[in-house]
Amino acid sequence: MKLLGKMSWLELKLFLREPLTVLFALALPLLVLFVMGGVFGNEVDAEFYRGIGAMDYYVPAYVALVTASVGLISLPVHIAGNRELGVLKRYHASGMPTWIVVASSVVTMFVIALFSATLLVVVAKVVHDIVFPESMLGVVAAFVISGLAFAALGVLLGAVLPNARAAQALGVLLWFVMLILGGAGPPPEVLTGVMDPIGKITPLRHAIRAMQDGWLSLDAGLSWLIIGLVFVGATGAAIRFFRWE
Amino acid sequence: MPAPVVTVANLRKRYGNFTAVSDVSFDVAEGEIFGILGPNGAGKTTTVESLQGLRSIEGGEVSVLGFDPRTNAAEIRRRIGSQLQESALPDRMKVWEALDLFGSLRAGGRDWRELLGDWGLGHKSEARFGSLSGGQQQRLFVALALANDPQLVFLDEMTTGLDPASRRVAWELIRRIREQGTTVVLVTHFMDEAETLCDRLVVIDAGTVVAQGSPQGLIARYGGGARVCFSHGDGNLTWLRNVPHVTDVQRNRDRVEVRGDGPVLAYVAAALVERGIAPVDLRQERATLEDVFLALTEEEPE
Repeated sequence: MKLLGKMSWLELKLFLREPLTVLFALALPLLVLFVMGGVFGNEVDAEFYRGIGAMDYYVPAYVALVTASVGLISLPVHIAGNRELGVLKRYHASGMPTWIVVASSVVTMFVIALFSATLLVVVAKVVHDIVFPESMLGVVAAFVISGLAFAALGVLLGAVLPNARAAQALGVLLWFVMLILGGAGPPPEVLTGVMDPIGKITPLRHAIRAMQDGWLSLDAGLSWLIIGLVFVGATGAAIRFFRWE
Repeated sequence: MPAPVVTVANLRKRYGNFTAVSDVSFDVAEGEIFGILGPNGAGKTTTVESLQGLRSIEGGEVSVLGFDPRTNAAEIRRRIGSQLQESALPDRMKVWEALDLFGSLRAGGRDWRELLGDWGLGHKSEARFGSLSGGQQQRLFVALALANDPQLVFLDEMTTGLDPASRRVAWELIRRIREQGTTVVLVTHFMDEAETLCDRLVVIDAGTVVAQGSPQGLIARYGGGARVCFSHGDGNLTWLRNVPHVTDVQRNRDRVEVRGDGPVLAYVAAALVERGIAPVDLRQERATLEDVFLALTEEEPE
């Protein structure tokens, strides 16, 4: 446990020494909030968003999006990059347990996501006066399960992709598709043709619905279960495919 | 001889259709610097990485500090230090952070402040890995390999890419590791390095051991005898052929080369002085490990 603490703290420090990734993690959600908030405001429109103010609807979605961006982009780039450089091999040869390497990255990811999400919510509260969560417990639970699911997907991507560039490219692509079709961009009600079915299979859709369940008491259907299954499946695959070099 | 800390018998390893190691056997004794020599692609790295449990082993018996890398790699890694080819640290990791991290992998590991001083990195404690010179990075890697206070360290091509001065420094470091009681397995393709540092070594070529022994023993066996050289203006020297232990005499202008074996130098010197010839540059040219290596590993012309 002490080693996990030391490794996580070190990983966090390393992360903070990369100004661009810090900017990316913190500024991107704010940018999305700024653009979408500017376009839609927080007026209630019965036609979309199930009769909820646009920002009230979107901020929980953005909180889920934060877990997706850290999990799908930062984490795979970090892991694949460390394998490419031989850092993982060096850890391995020194007797560093696999779970420490993975868990410390996931802990770091959670800290960053938590910080980024908090900043986002505070800004949204000040600018758009969004509603407070209906169920704080539900929001925390949704944050944890989404974070774990995207972390597992991130570790899996980091495990199978050969280098940091590939991880970056695929991570950003997945993240963008999920942003557009998963429900953090256009409301799912306006998606036409195959867009909605595709949106439904993105983990982000279900992370968002779980988060909105906690925040707004919107019906989440099977989304809690599905995001949980994503976590279990991705974890199994990541364990199966993890490579040190 | 003390009990071996590493025993390897008939190690075999293939990558797909390529046989990297076909038959490698050797023992490493406690407290020695043991060299693994060979041309590039001979299977040196595969061998040492197999010993550390970093490669799956296909055949043969291997024991490292009493453990089998196939089943007890974790126990081995806890007790050894390792400097690998093609591995690195994150560019933004600071020197002290790396030492602190690797030192905490095992209870009773060395204090990083001590290691910093030991390896001349005291002033670089706050420097990031990416800002270090090649020599400093190597010193850090050696310090990291020793951070868990290991009984045995593997150093794989640690001086490759270093300038001559840094190589000399690295050699000093390797001797110091041994003085601290740690057994060293040194993988290298530099002959001077092996000859200077190693107590014993194996020469590997194309996945098999082609020779093993002490550097001096190998030179005596494969070095092609002794060469005594001196300068002499004129006069017939064919009588030198009758001196004991001389096998051949050749002249190239005023340079004379006498080939022979064993104590040929002493006999040639005595015979020359007896006839009033006292060349100031009389010396025996030693065969080096490089001659041995080339003799053993050079491909036969088609």
